[in-house]
Amino acid sequence: MTKNLRVKTSRFIDETYKVSFKFNGTTYYGYKGDTLASALLANNVHLVGRSFKYHRPRGIMTAGSEEPNAIVQLHKNTSRTEPNVRATEIEIYEGLEASSQNCWPSVNFDIGGINNFLSPILPAGFYYKTFMWPASFWEKYEYFIRKSAGLGKSPKEPDPDIYEHKYIHCDVLVIGAGISGVMAAKSSAKNGYKTLLVDEKPYLGGSTIYQNSEHFKINNQISSSWLEKEINEIKKIKNLEIKTRTSVAAFHGYNFLLARENLTDHLPLEQRNNKTRHRLLKIRAKKVITATGSLERPLIFNNNDRPGILLSSAIEKYANLYGVACGEKNVLFTNNDSAYETAISLNQKGINIEAIIDNREEIDSKLINEIEKNNIKIHKGYTIVDTFGYKRINKVSIMKLSKDGQKVIGSKTSIDCDCLGISGGWTPAVHLFTQSGGKLKFRDEDQVFIPNIYPSNQISIGSCNGEFTLDEILLTIPKTLKEFLNLKDIDFEDLEIESSFNKSKRNIWLLPSDKVIGKTKPFIDYQNDATAKDIKLALREGFRSIEHVKRYTTTGMGTDQGKLGNMHALGIISETVGSKMGELGTTTFRPPYTPLTFGTIVGRNVGEYFDIFRKTPIHDWHVQNKAEFENVGQWKRAWYYPKDGENMHDAVQRESKAARDSAGILDASTLGKIDIQGTDASEFLNRVYTNAWSKLAIGKCRYGLMLNEDGMVYDDGVTTRLDENHYIMTTTTGGAATVLGKLEDYLQTEWPELDVYLTSVTDHYATVSVCGPNSKKIVSQVIPDLDFSDESFPHMSFKNAKIGKIKCRVMRISFTGEHSYEINIQANYGKSVWEKCMEVGKEFKITPYGTETMHLLRAEKGFIIVGQDTDATMTPIDLQMDWIVSKKKYDFIGKRSLYRSDTIREDRKQLVGLLTENPDEILEEGAQIVADIKKSPVEMLGHVTSSYYSPNLKKSIALGVVKGGKNMMGQKLIIPMEDKQISVTVADPVFLDKENKRLNA
Amino acid sequence: MKNKYSFFSLVKNAFSYHENWEKAWKDPEPKKEYDAIIIGGGGHGLATAYYLAKKHDMKNIAVVEKGWIGGGNTGRNTTIIRSNYLWDASAGLYDHALKIWEGLSQELNYNVMFSQRGVMNLAHNLQDVRDLKRRTHANRLNGIDAVYLNTEQVKKFCPIINTSPDIRYPVLGGTLQRRAGTARHDAVAWGYARGADEMGVDIIQNCEVKGIKRNGDRVEGIETTKGFIKTKKLGVVAAGHSSVIANMAGLKLPLESKPLQALVSEPVKPIIDTVVMSNAVHAYVSQSDKGELVIGAGTDDYVSYSQKGSHDIVEGTLNAILELYPIFSRMRMLRQWGGIVDICPDASPIISKTSVKGIYFNCGWGTGGFKATPGSGDLFAHTIANDEPHKLNAAFNINRFVSGDLVDEHGAAAVAH
Amino acid sequence: MFVINCPYCGEREQSEFKAGGEAHIVRPKQPTELSDDQWAEYLFMRKNIKGIQFERWVHTHGCRKWFNVVRDTSNDMIKAVYKMGEKPPTK
Repeated sequence: MTKNLRVKTSRFIDETYKVSFKFNGTTYYGYKGDTLASALLANNVHLVGRSFKYHRPRGIMTAGSEEPNAIVQLHKNTSRTEPNVRATEIEIYEGLEASSQNCWPSVNFDIGGINNFLSPILPAGFYYKTFMWPASFWEKYEYFIRKSAGLGKSPKEPDPDIYEHKYIHCDVLVIGAGISGVMAAKSSAKNGYKTLLVDEKPYLGGSTIYQNSEHFKINNQISSSWLEKEINEIKKIKNLEIKTRTSVAAFHGYNFLLARENLTDHLPLEQRNNKTRHRLLKIRAKKVITATGSLERPLIFNNNDRPGILLSSAIEKYANLYGVACGEKNVLFTNNDSAYETAISLNQKGINIEAIIDNREEIDSKLINEIEKNNIKIHKGYTIVDTFGYKRINKVSIMKLSKDGQKVIGSKTSIDCDCLGISGGWTPAVHLFTQSGGKLKFRDEDQVFIPNIYPSNQISIGSCNGEFTLDEILLTIPKTLKEFLNLKDIDFEDLEIESSFNKSKRNIWLLPSDKVIGKTKPFIDYQNDATAKDIKLALREGFRSIEHVKRYTTTGMGTDQGKLGNMHALGIISETVGSKMGELGTTTFRPPYTPLTFGTIVGRNVGEYFDIFRKTPIHDWHVQNKAEFENVGQWKRAWYYPKDGENMHDAVQRESKAARDSAGILDASTLGKIDIQGTDASEFLNRVYTNAWSKLAIGKCRYGLMLNEDGMVYDDGVTTRLDENHYIMTTTTGGAATVLGKLEDYLQTEWPELDVYLTSVTDHYATVSVCGPNSKKIVSQVIPDLDFSDESFPHMSFKNAKIGKIKCRVMRISFTGEHSYEINIQANYGKSVWEKCMEVGKEFKITPYGTETMHLLRAEKGFIIVGQDTDATMTPIDLQMDWIVSKKKYDFIGKRSLYRSDTIREDRKQLVGLLTENPDEILEEGAQIVADIKKSPVEMLGHVTSSYYSPNLKKSIALGVVKGGKNMMGQKLIIPMEDKQISVTVADPVFLDKENKRLNA
Repeated sequence: MKNKYSFFSLVKNAFSYHENWEKAWKDPEPKKEYDAIIIGGGGHGLATAYYLAKKHDMKNIAVVEKGWIGGGNTGRNTTIIRSNYLWDASAGLYDHALKIWEGLSQELNYNVMFSQRGVMNLAHNLQDVRDLKRRTHANRLNGIDAVYLNTEQVKKFCPIINTSPDIRYPVLGGTLQRRAGTARHDAVAWGYARGADEMGVDIIQNCEVKGIKRNGDRVEGIETTKGFIKTKKLGVVAAGHSSVIANMAGLKLPLESKPLQALVSEPVKPIIDTVVMSNAVHAYVSQSDKGELVIGAGTDDYVSYSQKGSHDIVEGTLNAILELYPIFSRMRMLRQWGGIVDICPDASPIISKTSVKGIYFNCGWGTGGFKATPGSGDLFAHTIANDEPHKLNAAFNINRFVSGDLVDEHGAAAVAH
Repeated sequence: MFVINCPYCGEREQSEFKAGGEAHIVRPKQPTELSDDQWAEYLFMRKNIKGIQFERWVHTHGCRKWFNVVRDTSNDMIKAVYKMGEKPPTK
């Protein structure tokens, strides 16, 4: 089969640069400049894949990103493998390896091909009607359905390539560098607009650039020569940036567009390492000019899907641009003049044309006259009724169309061929326009949708705006651009144009056959195997809207998103139900225009850059001392410090005991810190906390509880009055940002009259917390100048101090119930203060402890952790913290909600202590609590929120919430685990030192 | 009786080239009056009509839909079905639905492809672990299948998840509900429509409600683009647009309508055989029967009816997907779309009577309504027929926002909906 | 993604902002005097308008200022912005 079908040198192909590649294991050669598709066609390979449902042999159909059939797997079983890649888009490179998909064992012999014979019982939506018996078997059916569905194979290894993002702000973005886009970019950039011109292909000039016919001339030059000069000119314009291999994926509101710039996919693998593969351009353009061109429509007739059937324009492109003949016996089938352009091109290159079949009866056109001069047979008023050849087309049969085009008449004749080009006219590529929110209108004359109402500052020009012929384009564009870009004059006003295109078209959405439709297979969606009869079936079953039909038949749901067939689906629906095309609407074109690699969208935000790490200034010390870390929000917090093979339990037991017996040290730098200043600072705190603040003396600290407006506990922490009008508030680690946000919200929007200023200072200070009976001895050595006597520096107070020359704030506050101090110092001194404490504390065996020990120590004291012991359904009353809710204050955030009928219930869940019968049994956090396990359904009273083994009390302790728990002190309850029931007693949540003696020990 | 769907009917119809299939539902013009009208032809609305006709012996029912049935969130969601909710009220509601799902294809004689491939919820920090364990215990006691898995078990159940301890937010464990899974969303709407139509329900498409007529505190009927239709009972199931309809009736709801986005990849051969949800890194993914990876993103934080969300949300979701599944980096996004979800402050729905007699609302499902479709329809039908809630939806009344007796699935657990 | 014209900073990407819901819902001066119904109205009930909505936004990753936006929620087009405390535009 390997034959060389390279016909004539094309200036886009470098014949001195031979490239070898493999397809399905066979080595072939192409030239630099080829796509995989053009190189395969040059080697006479048409059969490249199998269809989704019926596994029918399929070949290359187009020469662009609309390709439905020729999709392949690249470099299978490697880390760079990629499924569903369009052969028409890949530029070949040395070492390229591609293989067919969705076939087993091979594309030539595919077991799945049996589906083609079963197709009579597999109409649209067959799966909704069957596989229901027996009920339990669906999973087994589904296993096989899934196996046969899917196309290529997902990669199995991480991606070796890198991706990145780039933001672009420009005055004018021009999408598409065909003749229209080039004219637009030139006009824009030359007039001082910062302009970006992008095109998905590796070259500029669209389809005009390989147009070599004498029939299309601009200023007496062949249109491609004229355009080439223009392109050379625009390359020199300074404020014009041109990006090829750049495909616009999405056009969002406010002229925000996403484009993918492909940087390495055309390079041999070994040249790709350490280079960025794709760059996602995030473009914000003041004005957008869409010049995305148009897509040729196929024709819908029986068996229109065989390998060797291509769009007529694709055949022309393969011949002119790549110098490849798609076949040796070519037949063209058309309803308009476009196919004659192809025929002229083929003829010029000496490629044989067997015949042209034209739907139209009477046509007067220069193009046709030239074809007739060359003695090529034209069958006017005919249609193809069937095609033959399993893996490659070898024959078509044709019949005469009736006057109304609804049926065929006369006798059937056959024409042998090995390639069939089809042309059903052109569809403007309005995908991006509609994505942006644009509204279309239907133009009856040539049955196309064109842009009508623009939602933003943008314009569509050229064939994507329904201007299909050279003269139309060149006559309208200058005027449109002048207006859109506010230009005084423009280059292209006095062009001499010669264009021989006759615009007549005989549009028949579904061509008739001599067989009943039930016996035919006129494909509309090639990839998903949806046929015209599937659409008719859907309509027969009551599906009326285009969205219903699309979903029922899967038309337009393939990887090509129905770029070829959607119009025909609409046409057939409107004909069948008798409604007008324009009234039916279109399906939604959803982004992206062509599929976009996940890696491209993610860019550099992978691996360690997925989310930032927040580290305290003392982090390195924790790492050096082998701490295990816990993620708390974005923070990395030291969790525990295992020593010599200790497990977590042992380490935490040791740390907890040391902190109570002598001294412990904790890095508390992650706690949120908000600096509050202003003459109304006290009033502000009165409003945001549940307790009263006006009377707090300067130099004193107070614990505060903050509620949501719904009365539920939101955050807590200690706030210190530094001065008359100056406080520092601490928040939970995870809540810091949201608390600040909430406070700002109230301050700016509800209470603008308050003179208060909030500043986040979380990162500005490091906080070293030293606790335990020896804490005073240690801290007083670190800060020798400060008076640490209980009289001068009692619990819940603060002092300004200096360590050496460095100012710091020392708070005597405690989250462990021990005598303890927190030193807050400018962040960059944090580590040295920590090290100083460690050094001084050596004689007291000062022990660093992590968050786990902190949690244990506070649980011994019955202190809550917001978010662990509360869950946004707990009021302060539920937490048995009535003492912190001011009865005197007129109002505070959340107060009113505490008096709703549900929040005043006595039997709400309340925080209690829980003690196990067996002191060694540690409850599971999250375990549910019940009173009567035999009751059905079991009534759950609450759950265990915190649970530890306390080395200081030598028993297990737990906190939990229990319905009506306040009044259940001493009562026995059950924790039902999967394998056992644990008996617990409701206890006071304060397990240790209820009298707070240790605070002053 | 309509054509019964089966393998044999497919074979039989193949002989007549499938020319003889009947309409799955008719396309009637509205009558002057109905005993009950359901506004909204999504899955929930059609199910409501179906159960009204089937279980409550009401035959003169219409479903009015402004576009085409199943065209709202029913056709736009990621089809996850599970019932492993924390609170008793939610567990009761969603498990009621799950039980109906398990026999739905047979009941409707329409294959809704309910695929019980399990749903896994991942934990990425210590509080996630506590929350998921809490939920697992609650589920077990509520008779809902749920197990807690450690990291190795997570990996075993879904080998392609990156469970390395070195990732930014390592997988610390997860829960698995095996009875959970996915279904074919369109089929649910179509199956209920076909079933309801067969029992005489009028399904009226392209009929937009323009106003609601009240006589004092009682409903009289609706003004539509197809004229005035009289009714004594009006059930509103217009997800996304619930507030718009409520405003017509002079009611105000505790809802905000926000954009929710989702996307699918190109189809590939089977690679992930379950549904995996992660709240902490916000990504959930499953694979459709067709082979597409179905990926749900989060909501934007502003009210919008534009059916478009911001790109940042999609980007953030895919960041999370690649964090958990680095092998998907070279997979490609095929389609991306947005829906409008109306969200209650407590992330639980409203299935309730209102202060207007004869008007009932079923709304506020947020991002998780699809899974409840059969249960929601059944319970809403009960509420409409009896003018009283069923015990399974009693907690989901509108009055809870006054009393404070919320069903707070937001605050309760780190569970994506 | 929108471009929002912050009254303090000028035009910026939407990603710099956070939305704060319906505007001009004034926190009651005397919450304790309200019935449960009235309090619920303030706390939870929203117009949730399809069409022109007055809403609050904050320039989180910028000046941290709250301000008001008039936006058509049916197509996300922003019609006006104005500072807190300023009268909403009438046209």
